[in-house]
Amino acid sequence: MASEAQQAQARTGAPAWPLVRFDTVTKRFGQTVAVDALSLDIFAGEFFALLGPSGCGKSTLLRLLAGFETPSEGRVLLDGAAIDAVPPHRRPVNMMFQNYALFPHLTVAKNVAFGLRQEGRPRAEIAQRVAAMLALVKLEPFARRKPDELSGGQRQRVALARSLVKRPQVLLLDEPLAALDKQLRHETQFELMDLQARLATTFVIVTHDQEEAMTVADRIAVMDRGRIVQVGTPAEVYEQPNSRYVASFVGDVNLIEGRLIMTGPGGSHIDSAAGVKLATAQRLDGAPGAVVWVALRPEKLRIATEPPSSAENCAAGRVVDVAYLGNVSLYKVRLESGFIMKVQVPNLTRSVDRSIGTDERVWLSWTPDAGVVLTG
Amino acid sequence: MAQAARKRAGRAGGLLVLVPYAWLVLFFLVPFLIVLKISLSASAIAQPPYTPVFDPAGGLAGLKDFLGALSPDNYADLVTDRLYVASYLRSLAIAALSTLMLLLLAYPVAYGMARAPRRWQGLLLVVVILPFWTSFLIRVYAWVNILQHDGLLNQVLLALRIVDAPVTWLATDTAIYIGIVYSYFPFMVLPLYAALEKMDESLLEAAADLGCPRWRTFWLITLPLSRPGIVAGVLLCFIPIVGEFVVPDLLGGSSTQMIGQTLWTQFFANRDWPAASSVAVVLLVLLVVPIVIYQHRQARELEVSR
Repeated sequence: MASEAQQAQARTGAPAWPLVRFDTVTKRFGQTVAVDALSLDIFAGEFFALLGPSGCGKSTLLRLLAGFETPSEGRVLLDGAAIDAVPPHRRPVNMMFQNYALFPHLTVAKNVAFGLRQEGRPRAEIAQRVAAMLALVKLEPFARRKPDELSGGQRQRVALARSLVKRPQVLLLDEPLAALDKQLRHETQFELMDLQARLATTFVIVTHDQEEAMTVADRIAVMDRGRIVQVGTPAEVYEQPNSRYVASFVGDVNLIEGRLIMTGPGGSHIDSAAGVKLATAQRLDGAPGAVVWVALRPEKLRIATEPPSSAENCAAGRVVDVAYLGNVSLYKVRLESGFIMKVQVPNLTRSVDRSIGTDERVWLSWTPDAGVVLTG
Repeated sequence: MAQAARKRAGRAGGLLVLVPYAWLVLFFLVPFLIVLKISLSASAIAQPPYTPVFDPAGGLAGLKDFLGALSPDNYADLVTDRLYVASYLRSLAIAALSTLMLLLLAYPVAYGMARAPRRWQGLLLVVVILPFWTSFLIRVYAWVNILQHDGLLNQVLLALRIVDAPVTWLATDTAIYIGIVYSYFPFMVLPLYAALEKMDESLLEAAADLGCPRWRTFWLITLPLSRPGIVAGVLLCFIPIVGEFVVPDLLGGSSTQMIGQTLWTQFFANRDWPAASSVAVVLLVLLVVPIVIYQHRQARELEVSR
């Protein structure tokens, strides 16, 4: 745990202690288990993402932290103190709702001021802080508008301003960008990161979009059916997935099933169902004959029309599909065993005639450290 | 050709707009003008029981005589006769107080219905509307039975030893309020329920999240957002209650009358159609003018916020 804290400190530069701790928390709704004996630490100053498909329990986790749900078992701690008995309106955390939940009968300025008025702040201070917050999210000209007179992106920024103006210890974001179109979503992701860095507030975001999680977050928790499968930096989760679930949920991947032939300090050899022998740099715990999976990212494969001379891993096949996406091209290659490999190649030149086309015979090659061997 | 088709469609659309106007003219404006005309006539022992009667055979001179014979005397009577003024004031007072009671009673019911589990809401709605399946008149007569000297209410109160002797309920104002609140209850509950039911519950969570305790959330969020329902319910109850006739006639006393009863007496007992008509016209003006002012203000408020 200490090393994790140090890592967090190294990344964010903030003093690191678990600001939020889920201590073996279980949440049941009737028969369904939404959160299953889950433990998790989130450190002060982090931008933390909860990533998973819908129904994996990530939103429930957020609602447990906001106080809208109470754990069936276990405890939620904030800054070292259990907060399960604290009602939502007394918790020093604020939430940005997925549908924004703006008060339709109040102006933008009054929406943002709502939280401060509940604290009974002096009128002048409220006015000053609301103005500063509206300036931060570039909404000053819209202060007197009602929410239904704003665009989706503007509403999103009102919701953000309203949840930040109280200076919460933790800001909770429930799919904050889901309602925006793609381009606006990308812009807003960077604005969120910028805002988080400037305010040094701990942000916890819930999303089902792996790209969004990778873009904004310092650390990601990948969730599946009420449990956390892996926690790590975006690079760790992408390059060193600990399971087939994580490998295939975060990014695109070729998963090749095989049996371990031998393993040692120099690496392992695997006999795969795809009809190729694989060499990897990883040393494994399993005995020879154990079933393993090799996860190969499409961009880590090389494709050529000639057999490679030196690569340790090599497979021949025929191109069945080419998708030209501009910056990259995606190839689907059918190996002799019938296994389909996805290969992604950057388009480095401007030539319009791509050298490799459909039905062409090709050779794929990759280095021993390109793939990750998974046992689960 | 496409243009011609569009033109034809435009003309058809124009005709469609005419339908509600034609309806209003035929069934509201024309009858109202007839009532207005009668209110400017004088009572007479004749058939119909008022003069002048317009006779198209008289030509232009006949029309001139007809118009000359109209007079606003009936309206002068309304102002000078204490009975009418008292009757109007009493109607407005009873309508105002019972609408307030309706609002206070119906709001919690509507709120509970809107917050009940989805699968219960249909059933609860049916329960609220159920009394409509029985005739209104029969239900008011049932109240006569309950409220009379040896009625159900007194029997229960005596049995529970809450009172020592039977209480006089019937022919009192209390009975009028009971009858009106009972009769108009669904008209208040339904618009309130409609407004509360479509309210987004995440707004309440957002308020709590921003530090607002539940009771204050009600004042700051729930109540303002249900305002359209409150306005609809109040109008839907207040307007007909002012002119209510059946409930005060069957449950109320004979000392003072509501305006509906006064109108009925003039029309049926005294056979004074012109006086009854003037009472009706003034009642209409009393009710329509405030509503028009309110709607005008609403529209302007909406425009300002745009």
